[in-house]
Amino acid sequence: MDIFLVEAIVNGLLLGGVLALLALGLNLIFGVIDVVWIAYAELVMCGMYAIYWLHTYYGVPLPAAAVIAVLFVALLGVLVHKLIIAPILGSAPINQLLATGGLLFFLQSFATLLFGADFRNVGLRLPIIEVGEIFVSFARLLAFGVALVGMVGLWLFLKRTYIGIAIRAIAQDREVMILMGVDPQRVYLVTSAIGGGLAGLAAALLVLQYDVHPSIGLSFGPITFMICVLGGLGSMIGGFVAAFIMSQIIAIGGFYTSIELSYVLAFLLFIVMIFVRPQGIFGGRS
Amino acid sequence: MLEIAGLEAGYGGFRALHGVALTVRAGEAVAVVGPNGAGKTTLMRVISGLLAPVAGRLAFEGADLAAVPPHRIVERGIAHVPENRRLFPRLSVEENLRMGAFAPASRPHFTERLEWVYSLFPRMRERRAQLAGTMSGGEQQMCAIGRALMSKPKLLLMDEPSAGLAPVIVDQVFDLVRRIRQEGFTVLIVEQNVRQVLELVDRAYVLEVGTIRRSGSAAALQADPAIREAYLGI
Repeated sequence: MDIFLVEAIVNGLLLGGVLALLALGLNLIFGVIDVVWIAYAELVMCGMYAIYWLHTYYGVPLPAAAVIAVLFVALLGVLVHKLIIAPILGSAPINQLLATGGLLFFLQSFATLLFGADFRNVGLRLPIIEVGEIFVSFARLLAFGVALVGMVGLWLFLKRTYIGIAIRAIAQDREVMILMGVDPQRVYLVTSAIGGGLAGLAAALLVLQYDVHPSIGLSFGPITFMICVLGGLGSMIGGFVAAFIMSQIIAIGGFYTSIELSYVLAFLLFIVMIFVRPQGIFGGRS
Repeated sequence: MLEIAGLEAGYGGFRALHGVALTVRAGEAVAVVGPNGAGKTTLMRVISGLLAPVAGRLAFEGADLAAVPPHRIVERGIAHVPENRRLFPRLSVEENLRMGAFAPASRPHFTERLEWVYSLFPRMRERRAQLAGTMSGGEQQMCAIGRALMSKPKLLLMDEPSAGLAPVIVDQVFDLVRRIRQEGFTVLIVEQNVRQVLELVDRAYVLEVGTIRRSGSAAALQADPAIREAYLGI
């Protein structure tokens, strides 16, 4: 097989890791709270700016800045729930879309106000590694590895802890959850914090590969939504698998055509899927 | 243990319970029987906090229950086996039981109580990794009762445990209830299956259109001509 094709596939796989992480966060929130955070990728942008700011202006080492960013975006997640979602929890879905959509523009404008429209980076140049005859960027490899560890950590949390099982259970029967002694509001807050934390983790991984600017969210937001819908909104496994399908379409499509056209291909597949199987690959919910 | 007086409750403008009075003493098994739509489920939902009463007194071990937030009721020692079992269908049997021990006071005892529930219902041990929604109705009822027992309640509320089950399975479910009684639990059970439930409780209340029409010992009600005609088909 063509060695460049192999390289494209490997790169697609590595990209898929971070996309899967984002899709997992978005799916978790949708699955539990039944709300789509339109501004999810903008939370990633906030995390990227936080790392950039801490590292460049205060000389905080990157790993420490990354940890702070995860906590900071987790806190943002809690605030998004408390201030925006909780007051309109029972209202029509369109209101929730408009409210979190409004947050998207707010965060973009706020970032522009604080940092300007310039592209900024943390000034770190990680090496390119040669494995066999394939060249792989260390930043991508690291991002893939950490994303996988993050996802395994989330899986263990959802399988092993009381609150984790409650997070999986609450969408199945909200009322009975109360009989078990669970306060649904607390489950929502923990879920929002985890969703935010995952966005923060994604930010720490993306800031190593991409410049941050106020509209960086647009590079990841739409594709993350497509992945979630493709996998079946709310389905964790579906989102995970769909992330790798999408990233391979982008990578392999980009190899045979161009990177711009590969995104067109990905969107085409998405549109076809919406007609053929609107509930997504693993979606059972109507 | 449980004292209810003058209870009024309903949904929106519809009043489902009118001045219901009822007591359950520690160690007793009490049934509330009556036709469909009499308000039996509403009564259970009020006791476990899912529905706020409009008026009336609701005391458990002397403390006002209406002042307790719904998710704190189980910590007080009341566990509710809801109508239609209401398991978490996409969680395993063991995860369902784990949710029954969610209250902070129950968690340190999880392992021992799990063993205890498995010894009561060996079938649940065999099925522990199976998704709860894929089990038969009778097995699901076992799991629902087991889930409620995981909090080691002082009072166990059971809402129509025999509903929707085949007659053979209904007998099994009533055997389960009998065993739970033998374990020393105080039980308040709501049933449409009047004949069988009167065989296993000490006392019963007859609830019709939101009002207690009759009450007394199970034996007295079984002998009552009106009850025999209306509910026992004799």
